[in-house]
Amino acid sequence: MNVTDQQKRYTLDFGTGWAYDPAPESTDHISLKKKYGHFINGKFVEPAEGNYFETINPATEEKLADIAVGSKADVDAAVKAARKAYDKVWSKMPASERGRYIYRIARMIQERAREFAVIESMDGGKPIRESRDVDVPLAAAHFFYYAGWADKLNYAFPGRTPAPLGVAGQIIPWNFPLLMAAWKIAPALATGNTVVLKPAETTPLTCLKLAEIMQEAGLPDGVVNFVTGAGDTGAAIVNHQDINKIAFTGSTAVGKLIQRSIAGSGKKLTLELGGKAANIIFEDAPLDQAVEGIVNGIFFNQGHVCCAGSRLFVQEGVADAVHQKLTDRLETLIVGDPLDKNTDIGAINSKEQLDRINSYIEIGLNEGAAITQSSCSIPSKGYFCRPTLLQNVSQASRVVQEEIFGPVLTIQTFRTPDEVLEKANNTPYGLSGGVWTDKGSKIFRMTSGIDAGVLWANTFNKFDPTSPFGGYKESGMGREGGLHGLLPYLKI
Amino acid sequence: MNKRLEVKKTYKMYIGGAFPRSESERYYSLKDKNGNQIANICRASRKDFRNSVVAARKAQSGWASRTAYNRSQILYRIAEMMEGRASQLAEELVLEGLSSKKAVEEVNEAIDRVVYFAGWCDKFQQIFSTVNPVAGSYFNFSVPKPTGVVSVIMPEKSSLLGLLQLILPAIAGGNSVIVLLPQNNPLAGLTFAEILHTSDMPGGVINILSGFREELLEQFASHMDVNAVIYGGSDTESLKLIQEQASKNVKHVVVETSNNFFDESFKNPYCILDLQEIKTTWHPVGI
Repeated sequence: MNVTDQQKRYTLDFGTGWAYDPAPESTDHISLKKKYGHFINGKFVEPAEGNYFETINPATEEKLADIAVGSKADVDAAVKAARKAYDKVWSKMPASERGRYIYRIARMIQERAREFAVIESMDGGKPIRESRDVDVPLAAAHFFYYAGWADKLNYAFPGRTPAPLGVAGQIIPWNFPLLMAAWKIAPALATGNTVVLKPAETTPLTCLKLAEIMQEAGLPDGVVNFVTGAGDTGAAIVNHQDINKIAFTGSTAVGKLIQRSIAGSGKKLTLELGGKAANIIFEDAPLDQAVEGIVNGIFFNQGHVCCAGSRLFVQEGVADAVHQKLTDRLETLIVGDPLDKNTDIGAINSKEQLDRINSYIEIGLNEGAAITQSSCSIPSKGYFCRPTLLQNVSQASRVVQEEIFGPVLTIQTFRTPDEVLEKANNTPYGLSGGVWTDKGSKIFRMTSGIDAGVLWANTFNKFDPTSPFGGYKESGMGREGGLHGLLPYLKI
Repeated sequence: MNKRLEVKKTYKMYIGGAFPRSESERYYSLKDKNGNQIANICRASRKDFRNSVVAARKAQSGWASRTAYNRSQILYRIAEMMEGRASQLAEELVLEGLSSKKAVEEVNEAIDRVVYFAGWCDKFQQIFSTVNPVAGSYFNFSVPKPTGVVSVIMPEKSSLLGLLQLILPAIAGGNSVIVLLPQNNPLAGLTFAEILHTSDMPGGVINILSGFREELLEQFASHMDVNAVIYGGSDTESLKLIQEQASKNVKHVVVETSNNFFDESFKNPYCILDLQEIKTTWHPVGI
């Protein structure tokens, strides 16, 4: 296809006649307290040292609530509650009963789904369409899936008698706050462990609303505890003597720090860390579908996705065509109010993250990258970033090697399958990857050659509670989801 | 008639399918309990270890991409070769201090253990794979894949059976290994390298070093191109050091504290799973 001829055939005009009327999701049914303490032993409690921090709406920079800062004393109280609940209640309870509590939680999330979706978008900046259609339904589905495992564990690992570990300390990130809480809590409870969980400091609200569900579901006190705060609170969990298991999702740098901190402690560890996934487009791929897959791969959730398809590899013969289609598609993406149902790309989660993304774009430009950005307008208030493509980059570029965690896609080309496999695997990460081709044998050649835990062929960024998720190499250890997601919480 | 002057054996290490001495040309002398010289043993350097990692990385993808059936046959071939040299292995275990009876028992059990894991090569995948019923029009399945290059620090006891119990789960699962033999009991392990060399096992898949644990421990755990480390032992300080160093590139750490490798509980596929990555693949179902 000759792209310049094709360009002459039509001009796409997105400036006129394409305006969408605002379609804001209503927030009048949302009730948020002004101030949230920790959730320990079934109750909301004041922090021991009395300190609070603000959680804000990144789309408006307005304060949503004051959140307790977790100190060592708070973490200690939470661990004591979790230990007591483990010894006295949760490990003694018939497994089927444990399962029924988890089913209740799943159902109550479904009942309050819209409320959770709105709060998730307000606190984290993600488009309501995603929180409503992805985060919250998947969180409920996760609890529902693991609820059923509680009394069937003896069938999961042939020849073994699985037993719980005890108290699990869990630390989750800000990109999928409720969903990550579900990924952590559901398998831990189903396998008979109790939980102390710290949500991310910028997105604690849905977790604290989940605490309300734990109360309403009648979950025994202390089985699930939430302590809010930043890195110091997390460190207090990681280093606590009476925790048997640490599960962390977040950056590779912090993951390494955690692995180092618990050396010699005997704590079991699961890490879900960073990624820099290759999304590979072959000449024989269905290009229009592939372009949708590329967009979904990198711009879903503002690119705040550890498994984002952030490195695009296009086979040379279609490189120009794909770039043209992608540039056209970029113009149609709506960036703005996360609560607007038309919005494709919401707010960047925090000022800190926006600065980080912008500094990476700067690094890319200094390394000689050619930049293509959507010409869309962005709100004057709040933290927003235009969807961005970086071309003329090499394997050695920092923007190709390092995780940006934003709506920034690097584009490279390749000629042969072997070449692209070499490039795809040439990072310290190994979380996910994508392949687009119409040829079945080529799909399996590629998916078996990429060293990553999740491979999407002719699709991208799909998730399901039955499907294990997790990475190779510096992307982590252990799996979450599916039968394999039980193992990190069991002695077998 | 004069007693024939025996030809003494030079023990060498096994790296990338070759039998070099240490590049450092260092050695230590191994003595029996009466203080008589048994042999000079190569004292591996950090450079020897790094060379071994290069060999192991180079060999790993080829080993993993062989058919499971082929890997199974090669492991079985190791057992066949061991059977033929069983008496030599037993004599070396006696030199290391075992009674003849115990030595024969250990060799027999070691051979049987190879046959046991040979059988798992093309079966564990079926135990640990799943087809996942995702809520959507996708075919989705998860399979175990080797984690890559594995370094192995052996305990001081059970120099043959322990060696096999620690490396076979890695090898059956398609990984490559670099082993540090027990400092005071390296003989059977070094002879095992010669057995490997005649067993169709590709060079570089199993690399065997002798040397001082204290000197090499940190390197075994910290090397950035090693994906997992197995520590056989129960020294808490060493374990802490290994786990700290392993964090540099998020290595898996597998710990084996037992000294009794005869235990039936070692015969299971879950030790293979310890050195596997679960890989999940999605594809849409449609026309």
